Amino acid sequence: MAVIIRIPTPLRPLTGGLGEIETQAGSVSEALAALTSRYAEVGNHLFTGEGRLRSFVNVYVNDEDIRYLQSDRTPLRDGDTLSIVPSIAGGVA
Amino acid sequence: MDTLHLAPELAAQIEQHGIADYPHECCGALLGLDGAGGREVRRLFPLINRRDDSPRNRFAVTAGDVLAAERAARGAGLDILGWYHSHPDHPALPSEFDREHAWPWYSYVIVNTGAGYAGPMTSWRLAPDRSSFLPETLHAPHRALATVPPEEIPWP
Repeated sequence: MAVIIRIPTPLRPLTGGLGEIETQAGSVSEALAALTSRYAEVGNHLFTGEGRLRSFVNVYVNDEDIRYLQSDRTPLRDGDTLSIVPSIAGGVA
Repeated sequence: MDTLHLAPELAAQIEQHGIADYPHECCGALLGLDGAGGREVRRLFPLINRRDDSPRNRFAVTAGDVLAAERAARGAGLDILGWYHSHPDHPALPSEFDREHAWPWYSYVIVNTGAGYAGPMTSWRLAPDRSSFLPETLHAPHRALATVPPEEIPWP
């Protein structure tokens, strides 16, 4: 399936400035794997050392949060758009 | 070293937000332009701290709030350059929690706050390997630090 991955601003320096990337993927996990195999440094910011999506990384398929779908097993169809959207967190220790 | 330009009135707005929300952490987006001479903040997009469970030592900006800030930035012909937040009763230094939750590229402005005053303000960017925060030159001329006597500024 040909899908579009939207890259958030803070990761664009790691994708050669590209804000959108087209790839072939049948699921969210396949799409993210395709992204990080092409741009390895992106993976360091999206995933923990154990391979889980970091808590402040939100992934949407056509404006629907994958937490309310089938998480990274969410299937993708031809023409779907997968958006990576930051949330921001911090604070004193 | 990277530079973030922050006009005095915008620095004062961050201070006032931090003082108003004390003893809770305040937060908001920095909207501006990223140029060859550094980053210039043109306006702020104050946000509500969504960490209802622990607002004194945590802040959170939801994905929905990030999208709202992006829309505001686009509408003004600007970008989100980064984010600001306060450290009530703690130095304006990034914590381990800040580092663990940081994105690359963004500027992270931190202001120390206390009851009725704002202390030092600093700016940081995440190292590419996520191992640390790197200091960024915060160019905020004539920032009014006189709101607090220097001897009362908590600083390590």
